[in-house]
Amino acid sequence: MSVPFAAKRLGKELNKISSSLPPGIELVSADNFEEWLLDIKVLDNNPLYQNQTYRLKFRFSPSYPIEPPEVVFIQLPDRPIPIHPHIYSNGIICLDLLGQQGWSPVQNVESVCMSLQSMLTGNSKNERPPGDEEFVRANTMRPKDIQFYYHDNDV
Amino acid sequence: MDTDDDFMSNVSSEDDILPDDSENDMSGDEDFGFDDEPDAHIDSQKDDGYKKKAAYDISFKVYQPSDVQKQQDELINEVNMILDISKEEAAILLRHFRWNKERLIEDYMDKPSQVLDAAGLATTSAGPPRMQVVPGFVCDICCEDEPGLQTFALKCGHRYCVDCYRHYLSQKIRGEGEAARIQCPSEGCNVIIDARSLDILVTPELTARYHELLHRTYVEDKETLKWCPAPDCENAIECAVKKKDLDKVVPTVSCLCGHRFCFGCILNDHQPAPCELVKKWLKKCADDSETANWISANTKECPKCNSTIEKNGGCNHMTCRKCKHEFCWMCMGLWSEHGTSWYNCNRFEEKSGTEARDAQAKSRVSLERYLHYYNRYANHEQSARLDKDIYHKTEKKMVQLQKESGMSWIEVQYLNSASQALQTCRQTLMWTYAFAFYLARNNLTEIFEDNQKDLEMAVEALSEMFEKPIAELADSKLKVEIMDKTSYCNKRRVILLDDTAQNLAEGRWTFNTELLGSGANGGPSTRR
Ligand SMILES: [Zn+2]
Ligand SMILES: [Zn+2]
Ligand SMILES: [Zn+2]
Ligand SMILES: [Zn+2]
Ligand SMILES: [Zn+2]
Ligand SMILES: [Zn+2]
Repeated sequence: MSVPFAAKRLGKELNKISSSLPPGIELVSADNFEEWLLDIKVLDNNPLYQNQTYRLKFRFSPSYPIEPPEVVFIQLPDRPIPIHPHIYSNGIICLDLLGQQGWSPVQNVESVCMSLQSMLTGNSKNERPPGDEEFVRANTMRPKDIQFYYHDNDV
Repeated sequence: MDTDDDFMSNVSSEDDILPDDSENDMSGDEDFGFDDEPDAHIDSQKDDGYKKKAAYDISFKVYQPSDVQKQQDELINEVNMILDISKEEAAILLRHFRWNKERLIEDYMDKPSQVLDAAGLATTSAGPPRMQVVPGFVCDICCEDEPGLQTFALKCGHRYCVDCYRHYLSQKIRGEGEAARIQCPSEGCNVIIDARSLDILVTPELTARYHELLHRTYVEDKETLKWCPAPDCENAIECAVKKKDLDKVVPTVSCLCGHRFCFGCILNDHQPAPCELVKKWLKKCADDSETANWISANTKECPKCNSTIEKNGGCNHMTCRKCKHEFCWMCMGLWSEHGTSWYNCNRFEEKSGTEARDAQAKSRVSLERYLHYYNRYANHEQSARLDKDIYHKTEKKMVQLQKESGMSWIEVQYLNSASQALQTCRQTLMWTYAFAFYLARNNLTEIFEDNQKDLEMAVEALSEMFEKPIAELADSKLKVEIMDKTSYCNKRRVILLDDTAQNLAEGRWTFNTELLGSGANGGPSTRR
């Protein structure tokens, strides 16, 4: 292989999303094939997320998309961490499709953003995951090294 | 080290002094039956003339890699014949049913297509697996659309380029250690990659790893089988003790390689403490390591002259080099008082009354209580480690002793036995303190503490003799004493373990914590 596996695929993805992305998803930066930033918005009027924009950070390993990307919400003055029973207050997301078991290499950056959008849209609980405080205080691991027990995958 | 075999034969030779307890004896049936009966319980086994064992002994069998392979092959062949399906399919079905042949055959006879479906052997066949060039093909993984691209699809028809397939498989096999349940890369498709398709796709090197992992799943899938955790050991152990039995028994097994471990939790032998207590204790020790650090430190000051003393042997009897003060390493008390009242050093007197009423005092008492047990636990752990060093020095000692006394190699073996007894007994003692920490007082705890005290005294005495200089060891009187003390230590250990195991099996201990772990609940947890 001359071109690294991830670069080939990410190049194609970038081509596509630079020209068009579904509503509520915006590319912020993609300067290399290691880390991309995207903004997402919830389109309906779910009061929990209305008028808010959230920043997502994607990190890709050289064997993306065979391996899932690492996806977290990051906090900025105008970019809070969305309240959700599967999103920890440090931005770590507990979602099975981002884990090795639930990930399929057919997924891509766009489909992940859309899944997160719909995960927010469908939520009505104004709460963090159980044990959030403790987890956020104690966690020093990369998201990919955390073994989540997916509470219930339909939230 | 072949220490355990020797030690175990020592133990067996003491069997005649034990109370007859055939009731709890799982007799080692030759064909273990692989029963998946949920209630095949420990005491339902018949006594078929096997030697009576102590209450803490459990039956188990050691299998070498070829045995494990043979068992799998036999099951695959049987299913292959009975159900008239290929060996690849039989293997996938057996793995899907976690090697429960009976249930597989029953279910398959009942509703074959559902069984095949659930196991990922979907019947909508698109012909046998092969690589193919498909005109106009675009790979959904790498987005490659180059003409002439080699592609591959499983029975489900989800087609990807061979390069992507290879990456995917190598990630699953090498990166995630998966083999038996690798699914089609398509999202939500549960078709499973079979060995034949895999052989077409990947390099021989990866195929070897794949088959090795497949081989491992056989053991991992069966509750009655576990790998020996010793590094480089490839044996598997079969034992009928199940998870739900772990509040009644501490299933220590020993592999042919000499490693002794707990079949319940894979940690090193931790009798007499039940697995759940061990788990809680280790977690507690890790959490409290800061408070505990000072205790496990290797140096202490002499209580009389304050000179720093480093503990360099396993014995608790310390003599200050400077002032000759003799004291106990554990409690720093006078050693002379320990001869008759070692008692003060193994039992923590529960504080009561006025002090405990005050919440602050209470938490101090509870910390003190913990430190009391931790101190003794850590002391034996450390001594066991030091005794291990001594064991390595023992060989040297044995050579020297041969020269000085004219004894033969066989005649100096008693030092070896003593060193082994020291290690095993310290290991047991160490866990008696974790056990005691969670033990609520009842009419049995005193007997336990007496047993603990007896073993501890015997071990300290042996440890002290063992550390004597060569010149003294050459005295044949000391040799007899050491041999006697070694056998006495082993005997005391058997008595302690037997008593605790019997009471555990009969549910007579009360603990201030639960003995069966609660299952996985929500929230993140650290992997491995
Ligand atoms: Zn491809
Ligand atoms: Zn498929
Ligand atoms: Zn072994
Ligand atoms: Zn255990
Ligand atoms: Zn001194
Ligand atoms: Zn003492």
